[in-house]
Amino acid sequence: MTEPGLAVIGAGPAGLAATLAAAARGIRVTLIDSATEAGGQFYRQPAPGLGARRPQALHHQWRAWERLRDGLRAHVQAGTVRQVTDHHVWFVERRDTVGFAVHALTGPEQEQPAEIRATAVLLATGGYEKVLPFPGWTLPGVVTAGGAQAMLKGGLVLPGRTAVVAGTGPLLLPVATGLAAAGATVAALVDSADPKSFVRRSRALAGRPVKVAEGAQYAGQLLRHRVRTLLHHTVVAAHGAERLEAVTIAALDRDGRLRQDTRRRLVCDTLAVSHGMLPHTDLADALGCRVDGTDVYVDDEQRTDVPGVWAAGETTGIGGAALSLTEGHIAGRSIAARLAGRAPDPGEWAAAARTRAGLRAFFTAVDSVYVPPAHWAEQVTDGTVVCRCEEVSAGAVREAVRELGAGDLRTVKLLTRAGMGWCQGRVCGPGVAGVAGCAESAGRRPFARPVPLGVLARAGETEDQ
Amino acid sequence: MNPLELVRAEPGPAFTVTLDGREIEALPGQTVAAALWTAGVTSWRTTRGEGRPRGIFCGIGVCFDCLVTVNDRPNQRACLMPLQPGDAIRTQEGTGHDD
Repeated sequence: MTEPGLAVIGAGPAGLAATLAAAARGIRVTLIDSATEAGGQFYRQPAPGLGARRPQALHHQWRAWERLRDGLRAHVQAGTVRQVTDHHVWFVERRDTVGFAVHALTGPEQEQPAEIRATAVLLATGGYEKVLPFPGWTLPGVVTAGGAQAMLKGGLVLPGRTAVVAGTGPLLLPVATGLAAAGATVAALVDSADPKSFVRRSRALAGRPVKVAEGAQYAGQLLRHRVRTLLHHTVVAAHGAERLEAVTIAALDRDGRLRQDTRRRLVCDTLAVSHGMLPHTDLADALGCRVDGTDVYVDDEQRTDVPGVWAAGETTGIGGAALSLTEGHIAGRSIAARLAGRAPDPGEWAAAARTRAGLRAFFTAVDSVYVPPAHWAEQVTDGTVVCRCEEVSAGAVREAVRELGAGDLRTVKLLTRAGMGWCQGRVCGPGVAGVAGCAESAGRRPFARPVPLGVLARAGETEDQ
Repeated sequence: MNPLELVRAEPGPAFTVTLDGREIEALPGQTVAAALWTAGVTSWRTTRGEGRPRGIFCGIGVCFDCLVTVNDRPNQRACLMPLQPGDAIRTQEGTGHDD
């Protein structure tokens, strides 16, 4: 039997780094991604037909991307890596005899099944944005910060002419500067982070000089584009009839409550909003991998607790592209050794392990600074839709808790349908939990995306024995 | 400055698609959502329950807010679907299966 080798799921920084590290050590790799071009969200590329001659104008760390891109091309040409694009993986099946079967959907409507065999699997599925609800957040013109960036990087389009960038997190900086560089007027960058908490974490944050320099660079760009930055402020509401026309923002007090006297209205046609990121853990969860809180558990080699399954990048905890690259690199080396039947020597990647430890510590500090306002849920009016797919209002969620006794997210879901729509609670999960006053719980979704029933029925038929 | 100028884009020839019968231009490689944004359209479906307008939200295929009917197939994610010349986009009402 020929060895199918390693399947890497996700062609972002983590997946690419792992692919190159494993392939360079003689492992046959199949790199599977849902997009048409490698790069993931961070290195999302304009469609080739758009003929961008200077795509780097929309990017950071372009040289790292060039190395990944060129390395991938070389391996694909040499036949050591098979690149599989436009494949939306919905399930990874563990098979005792031949490792794993990766099930994907492909084709123009993503309804044709595809199956890829592998001895080992690396989950590099990345993350997506967390947005907490507020009145008006379903209006067209309100987009996630990362979504605005993805549309800009991939399609070279802007959502409108005048944008407010709001929420909290380091992602707001590249989004605000990116939109401004591409010609949008950015009326304000509104972040709920309290400047005092930066001071309290200054030692941990200053421990990564490269990151400090990156921050300073963004600050310079914000100045140059005359973007007003309002820290310890929050968006209270988005206004408009058929589409966004303005937002109301306000300052926060020491306890994270609105300072009502500071409310003001900003005219804009775009609100790019984000309250942080969440890891994609569906595939790991369905494989039975341990998930701690929101993050897939990995050991020092980036192995999950399921034999043959590794994980790297944002799926193991949000920490940015540099950390994803480092984790992917370590995973690739570990996989190469393990598939060759030997235990790897961690001394071989000591420098990468130090970088990983430093970046994880840095992002722990970052996470404690960039937090949504403590009392954000109080601003969510009863009439505000919290589950966008099923149009469940905050009032209905509160009623389920107060009148019907729902004490956890699952019961809220059963009583209100919040989280039962197309996105399966990925978008509304944190919002519904906050409004209901319940703990956020892991999604526990059997499949990573909607699957046609016919595909599901046929996926059980295995021809190999 | 606009995004195309920023990256010094030299796109392939534009082609025509339709939105509810009206002709709009699209550039090669652009998704349904990108072409609609360029045409100044930010909403292209109404919700099943309250008939509220929706368009792009997450932009990366997670949220399913940007569902649209393309060539008579409802519930396609506008943020993921690349356009081909002659594609017929229709704003989608409700589940998209009612008409």
